[in-house]
Amino acid sequence: MADISYRDAVTIALREALREDDRMFIMGEDIGLYGGPYAVTKGFVEEFGRERVIDTPISESAMVGAGTGSAMGGMHPVVEIMTINFTLLAMDQIVNHAAKLRYMSAGQYTVPMIIRTVTGGGAQLAATHSQSLEGWFASVPGLKVVTPATPYDALGLFRSVRNEQDPVIFVEHILLYSTRGEVPDDHYLVPLGKADVKRRGDDLTLVAYSRMVQVALDAAEELAGRGINAEVIDLRSLRPLDIGTVVESVKRTGHAIVVEEAWRTGGFGAEIASQIQEQAFDHLDAPIGRVAGAEVPTPYSQPLEMLAIPSLESVVAAVESALGR
Amino acid sequence: MKQATKIADKAVLLDYYRQMVQIRVFEERAAEQYMLGKIRGFLHLYIGEEAIAAGAISALGPQDYLVTHYRDHGHALARGLEPKVIMSELFGKVTGSSKGKGGSMHLFDASRRLAGGYAIVGGQLPIAAGLALASSLQHTDDIVLCFLGDGALNEGEFHESMNLASLWRLPVIYFCENNLYGMGAPVEEMVAAPEIHRIAEAYNMPSQRIDGMDVLQVHEITSEVVQHVRDGNGPYFVEAMTYRFRGHSMADPVNYRQKEEEEKWMAKDPISTYKAWLIQSDIASKEELDVVNQAVELEIEEAVELADQSPFPPPEALYEDVYAQS
Repeated sequence: MADISYRDAVTIALREALREDDRMFIMGEDIGLYGGPYAVTKGFVEEFGRERVIDTPISESAMVGAGTGSAMGGMHPVVEIMTINFTLLAMDQIVNHAAKLRYMSAGQYTVPMIIRTVTGGGAQLAATHSQSLEGWFASVPGLKVVTPATPYDALGLFRSVRNEQDPVIFVEHILLYSTRGEVPDDHYLVPLGKADVKRRGDDLTLVAYSRMVQVALDAAEELAGRGINAEVIDLRSLRPLDIGTVVESVKRTGHAIVVEEAWRTGGFGAEIASQIQEQAFDHLDAPIGRVAGAEVPTPYSQPLEMLAIPSLESVVAAVESALGR
Repeated sequence: MKQATKIADKAVLLDYYRQMVQIRVFEERAAEQYMLGKIRGFLHLYIGEEAIAAGAISALGPQDYLVTHYRDHGHALARGLEPKVIMSELFGKVTGSSKGKGGSMHLFDASRRLAGGYAIVGGQLPIAAGLALASSLQHTDDIVLCFLGDGALNEGEFHESMNLASLWRLPVIYFCENNLYGMGAPVEEMVAAPEIHRIAEAYNMPSQRIDGMDVLQVHEITSEVVQHVRDGNGPYFVEAMTYRFRGHSMADPVNYRQKEEEEKWMAKDPISTYKAWLIQSDIASKEELDVVNQAVELEIEEAVELADQSPFPPPEALYEDVYAQS
């Protein structure tokens, strides 16, 4: 076992990919000479050269389109979009083209492309740099959306994503890079579409992904001190979605609360809540609760920003309300 | 008509004629089938622009990629797709190039490296750069021919792609079919620099404007450009002046153009002028050319018949090809 950071996990995953597969290359803004905006690709140019670690102009649409075309032409690109907010500049290429080429060509062309990007708020970067838009992509057939919450999952999921023949949005969280965790020395994979039960409990089910998994775990710890045993489930990927694990848990606990950093209206949590009530309605002892980001453009000022993002306190309050305490 | 200085033989010259007639007849029959309700959705006809498809695509090798926009039937035919496969696609039938799931605007044939018709204006430009990037990373000498219309000039993807292609010296030809209108909007009202080919200068990309109604000129110049790009000299931009004889799509009443302008361009009809040249130059007789027309008429008639008789995709096709493992 090794104790590594989330950043290390992504670096290891990318280095493996470049060492093991000639078809793989990475491109993005300032990933080469600069070493990556989050220092994930530090030293890569020296090891792999500028033909496989390609610095691009600030042209998200051209970058993703070039990734798509290169994938159609037999390569396996990893395109880094510095933050998920900038994916909006490439929406045409991601949603109108990459996601649809296999279908529209009846399988003649495929787009094995990995788009790495960074989601989330909490770094006081204000409204344009703090959004959680992964749920938008999860509603598009043809895309897959992966949201690792730990170093173990970041490495294991990336290895699985490399085997995918379709475009994958690999969503890292800005506040997770420095978090640490253990990973085995031996090679392992984490499959897509398999949720992880992070903590066992019988009183209610907390469903989360990405950084909200840690918030849910912290809340569960606090709740344990108050005599409430929460089960915490990390979805790990939004598409494909493992709703089975969630439903099985809710059938046992009778209570579900979905925690997400994105805005409530149209948030991915609404999809989870909907599927739970479809499949476990008779087992529910209370309405499904939701904890989500405040419906505001994320403010800069720290006390306000903290109010806009779900926290241990807001999750605990939602749980106590759901349980009628 | 440009004098055919590098013309190989009569068979080649006749094949340009056949290709143009095939496109023209295909489009006319498609329009009829649209009026009959057999073809639905959008139908964008290539009538009037045939010299570009026939002249330019014949300059490619079999390993080169072709990427285009939604007015793509002519390009697909010139790349060698069978009319019945395209017509079936227009009919939404299982015998179509995408088994009926792409439609008129999204024609593909991986075996001929037709990497798509793209229906979002400008969307194909970065993808063409990406195919060229793959060729470059794989150290092959395959190049990419990417068509765009004058309307695509104003999309951000145009700027991003031109910059990227030139910066990385990618083996791609951006070939603008300037038919003077983006839907109903005249190019000079929409592009601040309507001498489109000169825009390439800003990207350090060589370019030229050519006569898109002259199949021989299109072929000769595109062949030179293909060689230039294949030799590793980076991308090239071509602007071919042409005219859409019909509306933007079948829904377009074409009430925004002047009659005199239409007549002026229709006098340059790429098929009738080429036909006259073939006859005057004693390359082919009228009778020989009539035989070509008859064979094409029959071929397209059979294509319509096959498309009409073929089955629609079965319900289970709905979820096929969304993912590798659907």
